[in-house]
Amino acid sequence: MKKSFQIPCSTNYLKDAREFFNDVLNEVGLDDTDQNAIILAVDEVCANIIIHSKCKESQQINLSIEVKDGKLIFEITDKGKHGFDINTYEGPDLDEIIETKRKGGVGILLVKKIMDKIEMFSSNGINICRLYKTI
Amino acid sequence: MINIDTSIENDVATIILNGDVDASSSLDLDNAINGVKNDGHKKILIDAQELHYISSAGLGVFMSYIKDFEKEQIKLVLFGLNEKVLNVFKMLGLDQLLSIESNAEDALKSVNA
Repeated sequence: MKKSFQIPCSTNYLKDAREFFNDVLNEVGLDDTDQNAIILAVDEVCANIIIHSKCKESQQINLSIEVKDGKLIFEITDKGKHGFDINTYEGPDLDEIIETKRKGGVGILLVKKIMDKIEMFSSNGINICRLYKTI
Repeated sequence: MINIDTSIENDVATIILNGDVDASSSLDLDNAINGVKNDGHKKILIDAQELHYISSAGLGVFMSYIKDFEKEQIKLVLFGLNEKVLNVFKMLGLDQLLSIESNAEDALKSVNA
């Protein structure tokens, strides 16, 4: 099963993305807490893409979810110029964030804790992020 | 989308959250906490009974006040978090760094302790 959805490139539409994933995952039968954590990870990636790419609301972010062989595969694609790669991103640690009173920085930490594998690459001007989770 | 109300009773300010705190709405939470802090309140409760979702943007707001509140001896206590929301705090160990109670009664005791 693979389902797709699009949101405009604005954080105002993150809730719509979460609702789309929630509707699909409701059919999978996950524990509520696990389902929320998985949606959180995808939300964090989308938020990072939107914030770092400085894209316009007229641009779209494509989202898809595939349920296959006991795995969830999420794909998020955009055409922004963020050059942002989760795998090489070395975020600050928790103590540093608290000490410096910065309000961001833990999103990627959460994605890495929740997901089993993260792929990020660009092809023909399209940024592709895939998140894998065994269920 | 988050609706935030603030109520003041005696010397306790309660910030009541209703909805989702994500990258689009975390600034509203920040403004609410900053508002009661600037009004000089030293006892702040966060009523999270109707908080349906929180992302790192929301966690970041709470984390950013930990140092200042320690220094200024301001007490902040969250209560009524549902399992899903509490789990997000726990994933980063924030349940150990922030004061979290299960209900309003315990939160009031904690903030007045």
